[in-house]
Amino acid sequence: MDTKTHSLSLANPAPQNMNAMQKLSVAIGLTGLFIFALALFNVQLLFKTAWLYVAIIFILAGILIYSLSTYKKLPPGIQNNGVYFKSISAKGVWGWATGIVLTLLYVFLYWFPQYLGMGKEGNNNTGLVGFFDPLSYFLNGHAASQWFVYGVLYTMAIVGFGFKFLLKYRHNKYQQVRTISVMFFQLGFAFLIPEILTKLNPTIPYFSKDVKNMWPLNYYFFEDWHLKAMLEGGNLGMFILLFGLAMIFIISPVLTYFYGKRWYCSWVCGCGGLAETAGDPFRHLSSKKLNAWKFERWSIHTVLVLIVLTTIAVLYTFLGDPANKTWITKDEFTIGVVIFLSVVIAVIFIFKRKQLDKDVKYTLAALGIIVVGSILINFLSGQKNILFIDSNQLRSWYGFAIGAAFSGVIGVGFYPLMGSRVWCRFGCPMAAILGLQQKLFSRFRITTNGGQCISCGNCSTYCEMGIDVRAYAQKGENIVRSSCVGCGICAAVCPRGVLKLENGDEKDRFNPQAILIEKDKITLAG
Amino acid sequence: MNKSHEHIVIIGNGISGITTAREVRKKSSQPITVISAESDYFFSRTALMYVYMGHMKFEHIQPYEQFFWQKNNIGLVKALVTKVDTSVKEVQLDNGEPIPYDKLVIASGSKPNTFGWPGQQLKGVMGMYSKQDLEYLEACSPGCKHAVIVGGGLIGIEMAEMLHSRKIGVTFLVREAGFWGSVLPSAESEMINRHIREHHINLKVNTKLVEILADSNNNARAVVTDKGETIECQVVALTAGVTPNIAFLQGSGIELGKGVKVNPFLETNIRDVFAIGDCAEQHEAIDLRKQVEAVWYTGKIMGETLAQTLCGNRTAYDPGPWFNSAKFFDIEYQTYGWVWPTPRENEVQFYWEHPGGKKAIRIAYNKNTRTFLGINCFGIRMRHQFFDKVLREQLTVDTVLQNFEKANFDPELFTTYENDIRAAFQKNHSKLMTANGY
Repeated sequence: MDTKTHSLSLANPAPQNMNAMQKLSVAIGLTGLFIFALALFNVQLLFKTAWLYVAIIFILAGILIYSLSTYKKLPPGIQNNGVYFKSISAKGVWGWATGIVLTLLYVFLYWFPQYLGMGKEGNNNTGLVGFFDPLSYFLNGHAASQWFVYGVLYTMAIVGFGFKFLLKYRHNKYQQVRTISVMFFQLGFAFLIPEILTKLNPTIPYFSKDVKNMWPLNYYFFEDWHLKAMLEGGNLGMFILLFGLAMIFIISPVLTYFYGKRWYCSWVCGCGGLAETAGDPFRHLSSKKLNAWKFERWSIHTVLVLIVLTTIAVLYTFLGDPANKTWITKDEFTIGVVIFLSVVIAVIFIFKRKQLDKDVKYTLAALGIIVVGSILINFLSGQKNILFIDSNQLRSWYGFAIGAAFSGVIGVGFYPLMGSRVWCRFGCPMAAILGLQQKLFSRFRITTNGGQCISCGNCSTYCEMGIDVRAYAQKGENIVRSSCVGCGICAAVCPRGVLKLENGDEKDRFNPQAILIEKDKITLAG
Repeated sequence: MNKSHEHIVIIGNGISGITTAREVRKKSSQPITVISAESDYFFSRTALMYVYMGHMKFEHIQPYEQFFWQKNNIGLVKALVTKVDTSVKEVQLDNGEPIPYDKLVIASGSKPNTFGWPGQQLKGVMGMYSKQDLEYLEACSPGCKHAVIVGGGLIGIEMAEMLHSRKIGVTFLVREAGFWGSVLPSAESEMINRHIREHHINLKVNTKLVEILADSNNNARAVVTDKGETIECQVVALTAGVTPNIAFLQGSGIELGKGVKVNPFLETNIRDVFAIGDCAEQHEAIDLRKQVEAVWYTGKIMGETLAQTLCGNRTAYDPGPWFNSAKFFDIEYQTYGWVWPTPRENEVQFYWEHPGGKKAIRIAYNKNTRTFLGINCFGIRMRHQFFDKVLREQLTVDTVLQNFEKANFDPELFTTYENDIRAAFQKNHSKLMTANGY
């Protein structure tokens, strides 16, 4: 029953005979991509602007027609037939090829944008980046950058494959509303609004205008250049700064309390948005092994420590620079951070010490390390020199290793090999913070429906975060896990109606409601 | 922790046997050996279909990683038990030394029914129960253009879905007037009939298999029905129920009927020998249940119960209110309590079907006392805990409908139908609002 058996079978277990409309749609979509390729290699096209829009429309139309011709003829329901037989979704040749192409795309985006046509030192753009200039001028009034190209492609992917997902799950209203939400936040908040705001405010320096892209996912929010840009950015800059702070300290904790981290991770976030749409065909590839969970705890908390300490170091340097007029001194800032985090840790120990599973303990340890680190920074650092390392260097290393290599290259490039949530699961420091709150201070849980589980494994297999959902469901236990992003697919693919995402009273979140005898709390190893 | 050194040997690594092993291990460190000829590790039998359909790989339907067994000191032996010798307390294997036991648990499951149809031994004819059955179907699939399924029950419709997913044409022969007519009332059965046909399955109701025809190589090439029709096919699936797999116990002295005869404590007539799951047959039926219950959930409950007994807390099998579930292509089915295909004495049934024809509810209640007896749910998920409480406390149908929102288990944001259902109920079953509070 493994893949070897299949490769020996005489007939392909998943006959891939595409219908005429599917073939047509693939042809249209690839034509659009081909036009991009021509631009990349600087083929001079007449009516260049028109070709740009033709390419964009062709790609979107290709996805649309493909989705319609694939799902519309099937009765509404779970459409996972052949997922493990298809090359693209079962780590076959197409899967690997896609992974490599995506990875290379990220390598060029981050480190060699000139080969995509990004004009250096004031030179005009050429190639693919130059191809996008007209759209960029139209939207934000500037020439395109590689990040503008990336933003357009990213938004197209979420909107196009979001439409596909809507059709695939047209029987499931939760999935429909959630998907419309990620499409809306990407198209509006992440793409159109920031571009248009840039056009309307041509004189102010650049800063992120995507209000939902909050720290620490947006790791440069507190970097000196970004802070300065916001402070010099007039009302808009001040709004973004204050809203960004409100997101971190008020909006996010409140929403996470009522709805769990899903309000962000699978309804709003751009990384999540791509994972849930373009990444959906790869969600089952996340590892469910216990070892993967162990690695996850280490990696995600390492990133959390790194980003918070880097941010503290950068702010520390910023506050210590007499050129910056600020409200607080660097000593006050350090003391503030230490007190704040110490209070958080103390509150958790006092009120939640009975619920400290390993995930939470690791997060607490990470916060503890941050407290110690902040103190060390205060005593052992000079002005620009943080713990004997230049703070600029520290953040540029974070930007390289985490911001680019981890979240981009591995996070998306490895979709077809490690699943769609590699970054969210192993790296995202936001996810670590929201996860701590979801585990300890939230009304969210996945309820297990009494004794109805048949241990089939669909829930675990299709969990993009690699949670072994079945391990809880078959014991009749609710699922309350830090890493759950609340996408709801486990509940959707369950053939027996066993799982339900719910918000409810905190006190019976964990209660096993097993109808079977298994009521004693003794658990087995593993 | 129980410090007993008695060796527990379990024949069969399905849900019943493995549940016993796990539950014993929670309470005791005594040696446990599980013997299976079917697979190296426990897997979810009900999920075999998803492997064939490509939703999962075989490894995914194994609920525990391989290290689990060693870590919990549960011995696994891959062998076929050929004989049980209760006089010297040992089981004999096809491939090795006999294994001595102090306590023996028989959890050997079922095998597909065959009724002596001519041609049932031909190549390409199969049941669908074991891992080997699935492997055989996989081997028969290349070159298979059309398949015939005989037997309109749960395994039959799963096979239809499986074969259809591989773009193999399916003719589905059902003896009754509609799908699963022995269990489902006709309206629900008719709804599933429509849904089966929506998936392009050629469903033939009121039709029996007469014989299976062979080609020159002893392969099945066609079936003949009692309507005189000959249907060309390369695969024939016999899915007319299952029967306990107990042939190896003949002559062991263990009392056998249809299955291994057990008392409410799951004890056989021989001391220290127990039987659970599909292969066990109760001397007396428990409430309205069958004496042999070939159901995942009951197997699991029997395993949990027996583990108590094996660890010194002799416990009777008390499964509580009946429940079950299934999925018919895209329509999910759950049932709680008893809803018979035709109402029994003093019973009334209320049926509501959504205009879309894919959601339905049937509630059975006692017409004198208005006690709620059971519910069939199609396309609407319901909360097990809610109905378990209702059935244990013998609440009325009116109370259930008044609190129907609490019973709903559909995902958030789904359209709900409680008001429609209540309105329909009030029309013909009145008295609704006179009930006491929940």
